Amino acid sequence: MSGLLKSSIGRKFAMALSAFFLMFFLLQHFAINITSIFPDNGATFNKLSHFMGTNGLVQYVMQPILIFGVVFHFVMGFILEMKNNSARKVSYAKNNGAANSTWMSRNMIYSGAAILAFIVLHFIDFWFPEINTKFIQGDWSGLHDGEFRYFHELQHKFVSPLRVGAYVIAFVFLALHLLHGFNSAFQSVGANNKYTRGLKTFGKIYAIGIPAGFIIIALFHFFNH
Amino acid sequence: MAILDSKIPKGPLKDKWTTYKDKIDLVNPANKRLIDVIVVGTGLAGGSASATLAELGYNVKAFAYQDSPRRAHSIAAQGGINAAKNYQGDGDSFYRLFYDTVKGGDYRSREANVYRLAEVSANIIDQCVAQGVPFARDYGGQLDNRSFGGVLVSRTFYAKGQTGQQLLLGAYSAMNRQIARGKIEMFNRHEMLDVVIVDGKARGIIARNLVTGEIERHSAHAVVIASGGYGNVYFLSTNAMGSNATAAWKVHKKGAFFANPCYTQIHPTCIPRSGDYQSKLTLMSESLRNDGRIWVPKKMEDVLAIREGKLKPTQIAEEDRDYYLERRYPAFGNLVPRDVASRAAKERCDAGYGVNATGEAVYLDFKSAIERYGKEQAKLKGIENPSATKITELGEAIVEAKYGNLFQMYEKIVDDNPYKTPMMIYPATHYTMGGIWVDYNLMTTIPGCYAIGEANFSDHGANRLGASALMQGLADGYFVLPYTIGNYLSNDIRTGKISTETKEFEEAEKAVKDRIDFFINNNGEHSVDYYHKKLGKIMWDKCGMARNEQGLKEAMAEIKELREDFWKNVKVPGDANEMNPELEKAGRVADFLELGELFAKDALNRTESCGGHFREESVELDGPQKGEAKRDDANFAYVAAWEYKGEPADAVLHKEELEFNDIELKQRSYK
Amino acid sequence: MSNMNLTLKIWRQKGANDKGKMVEYKVTDISEHMSFLEMMDVLNEQLVNTGEEPVAFDHDCREGICGMCSMYINGEAHGPDRGVTTCQLHMRMFNDGDTITIEPFRAAAFPVIKDLVVDRSSFERIQQAGGYISVNTSGNTTDANAILVPKENADKAMDAATCIGCGACVATCKNSSAMLFVGAKVSQYALLPQGQVEATERVKNMVAQMDLEGFGNCTNTGACEVECPKGISLENIARMNSEFLKASFKG
Repeated sequence: MSGLLKSSIGRKFAMALSAFFLMFFLLQHFAINITSIFPDNGATFNKLSHFMGTNGLVQYVMQPILIFGVVFHFVMGFILEMKNNSARKVSYAKNNGAANSTWMSRNMIYSGAAILAFIVLHFIDFWFPEINTKFIQGDWSGLHDGEFRYFHELQHKFVSPLRVGAYVIAFVFLALHLLHGFNSAFQSVGANNKYTRGLKTFGKIYAIGIPAGFIIIALFHFFNH
Repeated sequence: MAILDSKIPKGPLKDKWTTYKDKIDLVNPANKRLIDVIVVGTGLAGGSASATLAELGYNVKAFAYQDSPRRAHSIAAQGGINAAKNYQGDGDSFYRLFYDTVKGGDYRSREANVYRLAEVSANIIDQCVAQGVPFARDYGGQLDNRSFGGVLVSRTFYAKGQTGQQLLLGAYSAMNRQIARGKIEMFNRHEMLDVVIVDGKARGIIARNLVTGEIERHSAHAVVIASGGYGNVYFLSTNAMGSNATAAWKVHKKGAFFANPCYTQIHPTCIPRSGDYQSKLTLMSESLRNDGRIWVPKKMEDVLAIREGKLKPTQIAEEDRDYYLERRYPAFGNLVPRDVASRAAKERCDAGYGVNATGEAVYLDFKSAIERYGKEQAKLKGIENPSATKITELGEAIVEAKYGNLFQMYEKIVDDNPYKTPMMIYPATHYTMGGIWVDYNLMTTIPGCYAIGEANFSDHGANRLGASALMQGLADGYFVLPYTIGNYLSNDIRTGKISTETKEFEEAEKAVKDRIDFFINNNGEHSVDYYHKKLGKIMWDKCGMARNEQGLKEAMAEIKELREDFWKNVKVPGDANEMNPELEKAGRVADFLELGELFAKDALNRTESCGGHFREESVELDGPQKGEAKRDDANFAYVAAWEYKGEPADAVLHKEELEFNDIELKQRSYK
Repeated sequence: MSNMNLTLKIWRQKGANDKGKMVEYKVTDISEHMSFLEMMDVLNEQLVNTGEEPVAFDHDCREGICGMCSMYINGEAHGPDRGVTTCQLHMRMFNDGDTITIEPFRAAAFPVIKDLVVDRSSFERIQQAGGYISVNTSGNTTDANAILVPKENADKAMDAATCIGCGACVATCKNSSAMLFVGAKVSQYALLPQGQVEATERVKNMVAQMDLEGFGNCTNTGACEVECPKGISLENIARMNSEFLKASFKG
């Protein structure tokens, strides 16, 4: 057990576990964000956002785990990529990777890096201001001018076509990352039974559906602000 | 003749092995640690012997020219392995397996050895299953069997079409266990180039490290040769490219008699040669003959039109086809034994009816089978008045289920769809029944030198039955040699480590080095393959499926001439001290050039026809068997063991008379 | 169908410690019915006759079962055809005038010995670490039918055991991972009752040796499965993963 993380399969397993966590988080994030396009002028979205933003469990337990998950997934992915590259000292003069594998599977490090860049942007946009408001200024009210501020902040961010464009591109990369990553995570933990085939189909729906949903939300606000 | 002592134990056939085993001298476990054994070759025989000897406690040094024991050519065996388990309850027994093997071998094998083989066959299956060999099973979870050519029971165990592979991987895994324990020291990419004899006993070998070119001395208390057969003397065969007779030939030159070199099995169902560049021939399982019908056109104009591509075989009317096996052998039809089927194909092609560009191919047609299965299926599925297309579709599905992988292999190689047009097949050299002479203990005429598996002259007589080679290899390696070798080694417990710093090792090493230096420095004009191909052609034309006195005499002279030219004009590029595949080939071909001549000499001596050896002079002249092979039990019921005396032509014949007490000698009739 | 003239770009390397480079050769009059290795024979015969050193490459059975032949041809292990080894690859897959790039299988754990020949002894050591069932070869085991094995498991074990150990999976994998090879061996035993006793130790030891040899980690691209000449399924890697995790949590 102790040597698990030192072994190749152990690392795969850890990679997959952090992936499961992130995929679950993504689903939850999406579920809340989608309410922002409900025709109630952001009421549901504000309610949920306020809950997430002020709930102790979410803020003090889930949030640190999430940050750890993101950092772990990124660092481990980077370490594995380095190690894997060193497993072939001389590269091929001619290599036809497209003949036997998908672009997504061969370029997880790039789609991952693109997502990472997005996360930085996203943090600058939302998370840092949140942290500033709550933990530095100590304002846990969630109010701005007597109203919940979340929905307005959201709308405000999707005014700039540049930012919307960056978000859309990032979500495309997220889709590419998930198209390989979803099923890869299950393969890594050794899932292999009669549900595997169904899971693969579900994986594809998830990988395209969630990012597409985020894109729709972004575009919705861009065109309706 | 007294020089050959087969050491067959006394007593009734059925008790010989058991009684003998009880009385064999054993070496106690502490003393086994003091004894080294060299095993050359790691196929089924060598691999299983290495594993078992190491497990018993001997220090084993195993040698393979490939980069892993798992790559030995046993791996290519497709069909299966026989064992008298009688799981099918169809009346099989040790005696029946024994009887079938002796009869199939045309009564030219040693009764006691074959009976022992039949007896231990059942253990092989138990052993392999315990090792995790994934044999085919039925829905009840029990082992499945299939039937194979020339026998009346289902006793063949199989693992898809890759039985040899699975059995070898089993032996390899047993070896790995011993390598991990340090009891086997494995020398991959090493080739034995000579045996070292000290005080008349085999005490070591000289081997070349094929990666560095280094010549190494290895000593042991006994040397086991398990290096396979010599089919590559024909250049084209179903053997692997590297399969060679060098180890066997070196021990022959140092005193081991070589037995029955002319007994060669030419397998009828191989993919024909397509051109002069051809490097090897591919076998397709004999099982295809269960459903395929073999034919050539009746009319010469059809043959010519086919060769020119103007006519397709499917366009030839039923009445214009000559199903020659069914015509000649109505009782057995397409299921006659391998030697008979091969000769019949040659006869038609020699008469000019061969159906491909080289004139060396016959058709193996599945159309009737597809139709038969299709109609059967239509009936089973309750389809009334099925269309011809429907029948074909249903039939093809059945044929695919049975032979799918073979059909696919054929299509990959020939680029022709065998479901739609008949396959083309032609015989090819496959297995050599002849080999180093051994006694009941599997010891050669050199004390301390043993030969097992295809390398020895074996239990198959003049013709081997399908699925018997794997059985013999594993029987020798797992269950016979490890016991019988104790008899010899029990005298060596106080000998101590054999030194390699002796005159004998030095001389042997020098001879090996000199020969290598000669090749490297010769700077001749022809490549090694040039000579190998020429040798192959002589062998195929004159020592092939049918032989006659004149041809064999010519072969001897031509091979000698070719050999002399080889030693003058062969060209080997590269250096001695590096990986040098051309140098490896040169040494092997040099030995084939001697073995080939002895082969012809043996065939010349044996004026009877038996099994794979067919002398055109020895055929039935009249009666129902007219034109068929005629055996001569009065004069040739012996093993021809040849003693090396310099030139192959000077080899001296020693006869081991074969006694048949438990079996009656009969003519093999397939009419 | 006329014969082909081809340009070959081949990796030449004198020895393990020498620097290698790609060298260009021309071969003419190549029949489409030749196997790829027969084409290489033609080249080598040509080189011998002109006094050059022939190209060293591994090969033996030439019928796709020994696993000796390797070669990375036009960017793919065993070339562009599917379900075949290099020795079964036929020249009809190429066209007159083509340039064919031929390289050795590359991986840190498969060092080049000479030209196209690589050292795959890392595979041997993985097998020695546990690729066996510890049963004596005395023949005094139980009767072969004493333990029944469900047909489905026996067939799956056979499918895994079909691996020929050629190393195409490693050569193809962008990470030079050996997990398909090890997964196949682990699976064969994991699926059979005979393999259960040592299952825990086997998978741990084999994986540990695999890691020690310097193979990369699997990222599930599936390239190995596509290029495997014997069609070994990715399922075997999943099975190894779960076997390994089970074994690790057991302690």
